[in-house]
Amino acid sequence: MRFQLTDDQRALRDAVRGVVGRSSSAGVWGLVAQFPAPLKGAPRLDRGFWRGLGELGVFSLRLAEVDGGAGLGLPEAVLVFEELGWALVPGPLVATHLAAGVVPGAATGETVVAAADGSLVEWLDEADVVLPGAEGAVALRSVDPLTPLHRVPAPARTDPVAVLLTAAEQLGTAARVCGLAVQHARTREQFGQPIGAFQAVKHLCAQSLVRVEVARAAVYAAAVTGDVVDIAAARLLADEAAVRGALDCLQVHGGMGFTWESEVHLHLKRAWVRARRGGGNTESEELLAADLLARAA
Amino acid sequence: MDLSYTAEEDEFRARLREWLGKVLPTLPVKPSPDDWPGRRAYDCGWQRMLYDAGYGHVHWDASPTTRLIFLEETEKAGAPYVGANFVGLLHAGPTLAAEGTAEQRERWLPPVLRGDEVWCQGFSEPDAGSDLAALRTRAWRDGDDYVVSGSKIWTSHAEVADWCELLVRTDADAPKHRGISWLAMPMSAAGITVRPLRTLAGSAEFAEVFLDEVRVPVGNRVGDENDGWRVTMVTLSFERGTAFVGEVVACRRVLGELAVEARRNGRWDDPVLRRQLGRLNAEFRALWRLTQWNVSEAEASGGVPGVGGSVFKLRYSHARQELYDVAADVLGPDSLDLERAWVLDRLSSLSYTIAAGTSQIQQNIVAERILGLPKGR
Ligand SMILES: Cc1cc2nc3c(=O)[nH]c(=O)nc-3n(C[C@H](O)[C@H](O)[C@H](O)COP(=O)(O)OP(=O)(O)OC[C@H]3O[C@@H](n4cnc5c(N)ncnc54)[C@H](O)[C@@H]3O)c2cc1C
Repeated sequence: MRFQLTDDQRALRDAVRGVVGRSSSAGVWGLVAQFPAPLKGAPRLDRGFWRGLGELGVFSLRLAEVDGGAGLGLPEAVLVFEELGWALVPGPLVATHLAAGVVPGAATGETVVAAADGSLVEWLDEADVVLPGAEGAVALRSVDPLTPLHRVPAPARTDPVAVLLTAAEQLGTAARVCGLAVQHARTREQFGQPIGAFQAVKHLCAQSLVRVEVARAAVYAAAVTGDVVDIAAARLLADEAAVRGALDCLQVHGGMGFTWESEVHLHLKRAWVRARRGGGNTESEELLAADLLARAA
Repeated sequence: MDLSYTAEEDEFRARLREWLGKVLPTLPVKPSPDDWPGRRAYDCGWQRMLYDAGYGHVHWDASPTTRLIFLEETEKAGAPYVGANFVGLLHAGPTLAAEGTAEQRERWLPPVLRGDEVWCQGFSEPDAGSDLAALRTRAWRDGDDYVVSGSKIWTSHAEVADWCELLVRTDADAPKHRGISWLAMPMSAAGITVRPLRTLAGSAEFAEVFLDEVRVPVGNRVGDENDGWRVTMVTLSFERGTAFVGEVVACRRVLGELAVEARRNGRWDDPVLRRQLGRLNAEFRALWRLTQWNVSEAEASGGVPGVGGSVFKLRYSHARQELYDVAADVLGPDSLDLERAWVLDRLSSLSYTIAAGTSQIQQNIVAERILGLPKGR
């Protein structure tokens, strides 16, 4: 048993991190700048950026090499989606990834594919293809300015892989908001010292990290086993880590955390959207409860 | 990332499983929770059986993965827990192995492994719990001995221990972390009085220990004089490291039993309870994965467990309490009956957020040592 990243997996993660995230202009702030007043109108998807993700292999990662993919597996996909979550990358990422090899152009990022998941469709108007279809879709005024939403009358079944990749995105968000909270706690001063010296703040940050580490172990393990029960567990832990982490991050930021200019709300809102995918928490909890009886039988 | 085991590890597991299947039915009846001499004999008898079968060293010199398999299999098979041997096997022993001289290791380690000698931990004092370095028990030199006076508290298994890993102040004028030494004190020495304390679960599991001019040979000091705080950090890292692995397996078993009981008594039809059970399933699965992750990390780095143990302990101690809270919901009014399974466990789980460093202290450790937040006043 060597439940640690391999050198190749680390290299892949770092490569994706370099392109989508941390230092690049395609990071969070570049995206936010696209939407200065997002309370009105829907965001457009940047097709150039989408093709860039395609070139990076985000969508074709798990396709066989003969089909133009990298022949990698779920663990690698999870590492990539964690980075996409970290960098708050918008768009129907999971749907397009799952359509690679099925819908022409999806693997390369030429075609944008959206999908009905539960009773919601993300990015319907910007998509070239919608799976399995979106009859009767009604637009919502989405709480997340970077994720336009439609509601569909007949709930669609969810693929466990979609649930897992969503959990990976949530994990990325959880790590991101933990980092933001810690960074702010180190620098913001009140009462003559950094607020991070106050235990109440310190403990919010510590719990945020604990949730990240527990979720990470669950998400990576689910990627290795591919087991539906492991996946359900991973999504519960990752949802909690992302949503709770974003809320605590907002608290650590004080008044600044409540402003549109601070990125904290964007992470929280995205985490809320993702938590509704795959039938929501109820479905995962029921599956895990049934598993207890199945194992005891 | 890989969750499979090597052929060698699989073989170790199979051999252990087979051996457990053979010996467990031959064990004597477990003594009652309050019979400490009985529990000592039982726990030491089990350690002796492990020793004779070649498993006595497993906590010390086996690879972390092998140890993980050992803890998983023994718990699954319902084998006895380390019990009274906890301190000797899981932290005093490893500390001696890491910090003791060759002579000290030779004197103290074999009897622990054979189940001949039991250790206790004399760290906490009435005025030094979370603030451990504030301890005041004094030791001064007289010839080849230290003379020790003071008192210790919450000393688990003190009544039945042969040795105590004892922290004493050997320099009262030095800054508080600098004047401490780590001694191995024989519990049979003159001047020691043990006064049992009852826990809220009703058993005399720990004690107050009064020390009145107890003579301890200078040769029993582990590490240099006044360098005991560093040695203590080694001990604590073992205490908070992988000591809970078997318990996670046990909690997962209890959870399954709770589901079965809930279906039997009709509580399963309550969707709120069912979902709570489902969530706990996720929680303990994740804690098991985190254990595997930490063990793999320890195997890669080789050495003393790091502060990552605090992350695990924080989450685990609360999860365990939640588990028994849900157990109480499954049991309903029977949760108030001490004769019922899980009720005593619920009571003892309350110590998990206190013992071995409270949750507040663990959060400080995570924030300061992992996240690098400034130390507060
Ligand atoms: C079942 C059990 C077995 C034990 N066995 C042993 C043993 O064998 N040997 C041994 O030496 N000790 C043992 N202990 C002692 C244990 O390590 C201490 O109880 C623990 O470290 C807490 O110390 P305290 O009880 O003095 O509480 P205190 O330190 O007085 O703490 C009281 C409360 O104040 C909080 N607090 C204190 N300081 C801070 C701070 N800086 N920031 C925030 N909150 C703070 C604590 O979190 C806690 O909530 C045992 C305890 C239990 C419950």
